[in-house]
Amino acid sequence: MVAQLQALGLNMLEQGFLFGFLGLGVLITFRFFRFPDLTAEGSYPLGGAVAAALLVSGVHPVAATLSAALAGAGAGMVTALIHTKLKINNIVAGIVVMTALYSVNLRIMGRANIPLLREPTVFGEAVGWLNGFGLGWRENVYTTILVAFVLLVAAGALLVWFFSTDLGLAVRATGQNEPMILSLGVDTDRTKMVGLALSNAFIAVSGALVAQNHGFADIGMGIGILVTGAAAVLIGEAIFGDRGILTWVVAAVVGVVIYRLLVALALRVGLEPVDLRLVTAALLLMALAVPRFRPRLLR
Amino acid sequence: MTPAMLALERVSKSFLRGTPNEVRALRDVDLAVAAGDFVTVIGSNGAGKSTMIKAVAGFAIPDEGRILLEGRDITRRPPWRRAATIGRIAQDPNESTCAGMTIEENLAMAERRGRPRGLRLAIRGDARRRFRDALAPIGLGLEDRLASRVGLLSGGQRQALALLMATLSGSRLLLLDEHLAALDPKTAETVMRLTDRLIAERRLTALMITHNMQDAIRWGNRLLMMHGGRIVLDVGGAEKAALTVQMLVDKFHAVSHAEMVEDRVLLTA
Ligand SMILES: Nc1ncnc2c1ncn2[C@@H]1O[C@H](COP(=O)(O)OP(=O)(O)OP(=O)(O)O)[C@@H](O)[C@H]1O
Ligand SMILES: [Mg+2]
Repeated sequence: MVAQLQALGLNMLEQGFLFGFLGLGVLITFRFFRFPDLTAEGSYPLGGAVAAALLVSGVHPVAATLSAALAGAGAGMVTALIHTKLKINNIVAGIVVMTALYSVNLRIMGRANIPLLREPTVFGEAVGWLNGFGLGWRENVYTTILVAFVLLVAAGALLVWFFSTDLGLAVRATGQNEPMILSLGVDTDRTKMVGLALSNAFIAVSGALVAQNHGFADIGMGIGILVTGAAAVLIGEAIFGDRGILTWVVAAVVGVVIYRLLVALALRVGLEPVDLRLVTAALLLMALAVPRFRPRLLR
Repeated sequence: MTPAMLALERVSKSFLRGTPNEVRALRDVDLAVAAGDFVTVIGSNGAGKSTMIKAVAGFAIPDEGRILLEGRDITRRPPWRRAATIGRIAQDPNESTCAGMTIEENLAMAERRGRPRGLRLAIRGDARRRFRDALAPIGLGLEDRLASRVGLLSGGQRQALALLMATLSGSRLLLLDEHLAALDPKTAETVMRLTDRLIAERRLTALMITHNMQDAIRWGNRLLMMHGGRIVLDVGGAEKAALTVQMLVDKFHAVSHAEMVEDRVLLTA
């Protein structure tokens, strides 16, 4: 029983941290820009596809993961361009890019699924690098958690820093009060592009890391991913409230971990994988409803 | 001759064009504002006051006519490309500050008005001291609340902050759209005095819309009355100083009456 709980806990942390990047990415669009960016449904598997295709052709895992980030940023930029230059609603722009990316991802992978079990991963590389200091570790769930956690802290710190810079404030204000920031001389077409690029870069990195951890990239791996990210952001917000940029970032990551825990618990109490979407929907609904029942300083 | 700070040349703007509900918000408006002028603008609801200010700020693009800012044609420039020169408080009080961000973040954004924004920390160096020095003279205690969210401030505090943001960094033309409307009389007086002081100190050219005729007479050196998308009264100098509220009310009735007669003529013709 104890061993079971421990395994469950470890798995939850591992998956939670890998999906933490997704939470950070969705935070930018869903919270700062206040719209559900469906590009995520395409940029998450895009990250997996790019990383997998590069890994099987012998590219270093770090380079493959960074390439995934760039590809995700590109996808976000396309959505931003469609929205700002063609004046198309941002949700619709996301749907257009998501749809296009399905084919793009298939082209990149060449087939619907690429197994990666024999390929090196960032997790393995990190352990190898640490062993250079004479640690003698073997790659296992603990090392994966450690590596994912370090990457996530670095990414979170990067976001907190970015959103405290001149450009970062302008990006935040673009989502909150576009007329104001326009009146202060900011080209909001540009800040929207920056925000969407950053968001989808994080989401693609999440896809690349999950693919390396799970040992395959799959064309269907992005289905429902936006709802997962949004639920995580909302759960985090329900717990931490709304208290500035640092809490936002921490809340998004904690939200993902808790989301994974709740899903794991749901499966344990006898629900079957086919019911998973139902569980997700219920969690999303709960996360949306909970904040309404507590006094809030601000909306 | 130096060009006017701001010039509107036969500016027209209609909403819902080509529909039966078409509204002609501005009709052939001509206006030249000299540098240093402080112009108050009055007029009934729907007269076109906000539309005129939005046209100058770039939030309503005229159908016809030209707008010149310091001699340069800005008629079709997006708002962000005029922001270096123009500070504005919109009629909707939520539009002028960012409620979800802190006082210091709002001021930092305003400080970089019209300049490129890069990857340097927004609040750096002695920014906090500068912000405190700018906030202290307002006398509303904002200097001790730099890290508070703007959404937590009272309406008067928010408008005072908005005023500071509009004038903080080198804007030369100040556009105020009923910025005292939601304030109690005492706070309105405080913010109005601050407005007048900032305009004088920073040698700004200003357009101030108000429904308070007393204020319109008392402040500034020129007064405009708008009606039906036109400027129907334009007085300055001694003539303005001699105005009374009653004279403005009479003038207003005269133009509304003329319009009524005109309508009747059109209907019976
Ligand atoms: N976006 C819009 N769409 C349609 N009609 C509009 C729009 N903006 C303004 N109008 C119309 O244009 C006319 C002028 O509006 P404007 O806001 O300039 O009036 P105002 O003088 O500022 O009035 P108030 O004192 O009520 O603020 C009004 O009839 C208004 O209904
Ligand atoms: Mg108005």
